[in-house]
Amino acid sequence: MTQIELRGIEKFFGAVQVIHNLNLAIADNEFIVLLGQSGCGKTTTLRAIAGLETIDKGDILIDGQAVQHLKAADRDIAMVFQSFSLYPHMTVFENIAFPLRATRMSSSEVDTSVREIARVLRITDLLDKRPSALSGGDMQRVAIGRALVRRPKAMLMDEPIGALDAKLREEMRAEIKRLHIKQGSTTIYVTHDQIEAMSLADRIVIMHEGFIQQVGTPDEVYSHPANLFVAQFVGSPVMNIAEASVTDQAGAASVTVGGAPTGFEFPRELLSRLNGHSNGGLTLGIRPEGVLVRHDAAPGYVPVEAQIIEPLGSFDIVDLKVGSKMLRARTKAGYVSGPGEKVHARIDPEQAHFFDTASGKSLGVRL
Amino acid sequence: MAAVRTSSEVALNRVAIAAVLIATLVFLAPIYWIASTAFKPKELAVSVPPTVLFEPEVTPFVRLFTKRVQMQKTVDPQVYEAAPWWEKRIYDGGERVLKVGKDVQLSQYPNRFMNSLIVAVVSTVLAVGMGTFTAYGFSRFKIAGEADLLFFILSTRMLPPVVVAIPMFLMYRAVGLNDSHIGLIILYVAFNLSFSVWLMKGFMDEIPKEYEEAALVDGYTRMQAFFKIVLPEAATGIAATAVFCFITAWNEYAFALIMTNRRAQTAPPFIPSQIGSGLPDWTTIAAGTFLFLLPVAIFTFLLRNHLLRGVTFGAIRK
Repeated sequence: MTQIELRGIEKFFGAVQVIHNLNLAIADNEFIVLLGQSGCGKTTTLRAIAGLETIDKGDILIDGQAVQHLKAADRDIAMVFQSFSLYPHMTVFENIAFPLRATRMSSSEVDTSVREIARVLRITDLLDKRPSALSGGDMQRVAIGRALVRRPKAMLMDEPIGALDAKLREEMRAEIKRLHIKQGSTTIYVTHDQIEAMSLADRIVIMHEGFIQQVGTPDEVYSHPANLFVAQFVGSPVMNIAEASVTDQAGAASVTVGGAPTGFEFPRELLSRLNGHSNGGLTLGIRPEGVLVRHDAAPGYVPVEAQIIEPLGSFDIVDLKVGSKMLRARTKAGYVSGPGEKVHARIDPEQAHFFDTASGKSLGVRL
Repeated sequence: MAAVRTSSEVALNRVAIAAVLIATLVFLAPIYWIASTAFKPKELAVSVPPTVLFEPEVTPFVRLFTKRVQMQKTVDPQVYEAAPWWEKRIYDGGERVLKVGKDVQLSQYPNRFMNSLIVAVVSTVLAVGMGTFTAYGFSRFKIAGEADLLFFILSTRMLPPVVVAIPMFLMYRAVGLNDSHIGLIILYVAFNLSFSVWLMKGFMDEIPKEYEEAALVDGYTRMQAFFKIVLPEAATGIAATAVFCFITAWNEYAFALIMTNRRAQTAPPFIPSQIGSGLPDWTTIAAGTFLFLLPVAIFTFLLRNHLLRGVTFGAIRK
């Protein structure tokens, strides 16, 4: 049972403020992912929780107790680093046993605990090896084992699989998920990889330039991005963003992008929902799967020209020229035969997002 | 690898091998000279041209370790017959070994050699130990004026030792540190510390700080993390630094010559003082020098794996 709460955390490196008034409550057993680009403050936040970094303002509470003045050793938290940080002069067994050696545990208990965690992680046959003899994935399994072995209050992971190659990353992602379900511990995981974040997290915390942009479940941040940053950071391929204007046209709303002659048709309801944002200062966000493409004309579809086609195996990404803008659409593989082909497109109103251009904030309008 | 080599490459390779061979011969020649002279009969030591083939003997070492006097008359044959083999060699040279009762009187060489060992070992341990801690501090913590401090530490090496020797001598005499082990040790530590700090800082910087951070999070204090994690990882650097400090302290001549004359005198100023007046006894001096070379050779040999292992540590991926 471990809850972690961050209250009004501020952190400066010299004159540079790297964390701005950060507030976050993490529930027991929750898997929280801090997601953001490098330099966004996510790792600093994690290190502050671990006790490896001091904070200038605010409180870090573990189970209701303020710990910001405690040393790392006294916080009962484990951490897995990106660089695997296994001790080269010790065997795998000794590496995993290392945190237990700091306690008064008897050596037979240490042995039992190490073998138990090794069994869970399926690394029993590696126990006598030296870290230098292990593969990258196994090294990180050992590092995770070392973190889990003393059953810490919480587990912190700083890009634990960031240094692995793509295939191994996928494998380890599943493994970390399996372990979390099995062992169940409050986990804070830092990554810049949104796929990792989406697949692992109970809730994602998206950070940018020291500010939290949005906190939510993977579905929430994907379906209801709070602002343009989140909208473009989460999801692959990236969401289309374009300044748009909305006009009232004979019983329907028309959304014009890139000064194109014809606008995309939306339900009339949009006009009232946008409430004054209909002209100027409006940005439309639409994921490529929300741009629907067909060969023949149909009501609501606008003629457009395909410019670039990126085949990605199971689907294609097609760049469509709409006025002066490009909209990327996701189509069945091979649906658009080549650049220059004339097709018809429409925007699925239910998948459209609207943002205030100046502030970048979501207007919260979903149809 | 079965690479195809052109004839010019082959020729170049031969030239390179020849150059290495010549260089090796040049560097080894003085060592061979000392070693061979140490085992030569006295009269062959200065023969021109130099004798290369001779029957080696250990008499120079016997002379090195004993106090002797010139004999006015020949030795009593009975005494000669009763003497052990090494004493006979001394009688053969027209000298006799000084004794108190039955105990052979040792020369000052063993004492000077011990002085060298004490001063070099203690000063190396201190310089490397203090250097390791200091380097760790510089490597891991934010220190105000770090660059200036490091430069200041280095600046202690900028004056040639001979320049500071006289003022140091006067100061030492005033506080009674001259001709003492502790005085010489302080000097050598001060001299080696800057070197040790700089060298160790390089090695410390190579050790990823995640190692200690992992230990800190795992429930260890920084001191424990230092001893359990940093020191084993720094073993290579410590060994290399120790070899350099030991060699410097062991070979140091100028300060030892000025600061010591009896009790704490080390081997480097002592050995040439034995040249004495009259005909110098080169074989005995060579024997003393030969033995003097051994500790450094042994020390370096024992630590050779650490010296060669380099500074890359297996299990980190950046």
